[in-house]
Amino acid sequence: MSIHIPTSLDDALALLHELPRVQLLAGGTDFMVEVNFNKHDVHDVVALRRVTELQQWHHDATTNTVTIGAGVVYAEMEHGELATLFPALAEAARTVGSPQIRAAGTLGGNLGTSSPAGDGLPVLFALDAVVNLASHRGTRSLPIGEFMLGPKRNALAVDELVVSISMKTTTGWQGYAKVGTRNAMVISVASASLVLDTVSGTARIALGSVGPTIIRCTQAEQWLQNQYDISARKELDEAIATEFGLRVSQESRPIDDHRSTAQYRRHAVGVLAKRLLQRGCVQ
Amino acid sequence: MSETQIYSLRVNGKLRDVTDAWLGESLLYVLRERLGLPGSKGACEQGECGSCTVVMDGAAVCSCLVLAASAVGADITTIEGLTDGALTDVQQAFIDEGAVQCGFCTPGLIVAVHHLLDSTPRPSEMEVKEALSGNICRCTGYGRIFAAVTRVIDQRAQQ
Repeated sequence: MSIHIPTSLDDALALLHELPRVQLLAGGTDFMVEVNFNKHDVHDVVALRRVTELQQWHHDATTNTVTIGAGVVYAEMEHGELATLFPALAEAARTVGSPQIRAAGTLGGNLGTSSPAGDGLPVLFALDAVVNLASHRGTRSLPIGEFMLGPKRNALAVDELVVSISMKTTTGWQGYAKVGTRNAMVISVASASLVLDTVSGTARIALGSVGPTIIRCTQAEQWLQNQYDISARKELDEAIATEFGLRVSQESRPIDDHRSTAQYRRHAVGVLAKRLLQRGCVQ
Repeated sequence: MSETQIYSLRVNGKLRDVTDAWLGESLLYVLRERLGLPGSKGACEQGECGSCTVVMDGAAVCSCLVLAASAVGADITTIEGLTDGALTDVQQAFIDEGAVQCGFCTPGLIVAVHHLLDSTPRPSEMEVKEALSGNICRCTGYGRIFAAVTRVIDQRAQQ
């Protein structure tokens, strides 16, 4: 067993290449729970907290693209400029664990763990985010839907890490909603993020905790675009919001587990979708 | 670092050597069992209860979720480091308002309250509740804890 604390991305990538049984440590909020409860052995840990390249974000106004380093913590997305650029991400960030967890937990960690309950992930799916990866062999970028493949499964190679996430800013409303047993310090039972793009007239909705991975409801999105002019943002008929919720619910694929039942999750995620749409269409 | 290599942590302003420790130990465990600082409490060991809260590089975090050996170079402040002996105003207010019952959550709460008031001297009620939402207390029902925080805010405002 060994622990390494690289201070540059190149050093981190070299360690990933050289070490035989490498484990990446970001904020530790998932990793250390498993270590504390002896659920996995600790081998060669590469702690990323000193890699400053991963902790920065920037906004390229000419391409309307924001690139957020994998090591940016959730606390930084709750307020300030990032929250203004992506209100849905700010809302999701605010529901992550507690202030202590948000001060440590990172977007890259959420992606590395790839839990369908990761609070930030539905927002990334609804924003059509691109995940930027690097290894000693080079770099590549994947649409988020091709990165996250299943419960705790993703496209990361053993010698690869998530460097950053890139997303286009949008014009129009965006939001996030989550159901859990209490407001703070809770893992979601169901969650959803809705983005209404008034320039392209499109809607994008992604669901968390109701399937093996994050689910984009492309059929419900298409149906909504046919029923309602998103660019015009005229008053929304409640029947449309209700039907949208039902259609979103039908695209979910939840299971029964210790946190909830499939039946409840299917119902709850439809309610969230309806509510988000109504919030987004308030005059 | 290999299996049992000695490393040093900066805790409460002092560089402390950690010896004979397994490298997978959490910061909470190292503070309590290796460095003789038992003020931070361990209840859930999964970041849910906040009783192990410490300040690391300016952020309040759960020490149970920090791999101790990865915290080399960080500035760590524990409940023991908030004062050199006398009670802090937050500790005194907790006593005066009866905000301590079994006391197990208290160190984490005291650290979290100091951290909040250092960055936000006049927080709203909602800001206080949100800042303490990661510190679970099963005795008080929180009323007396919020009363203690209000008392400190008022006292500091009068100074």
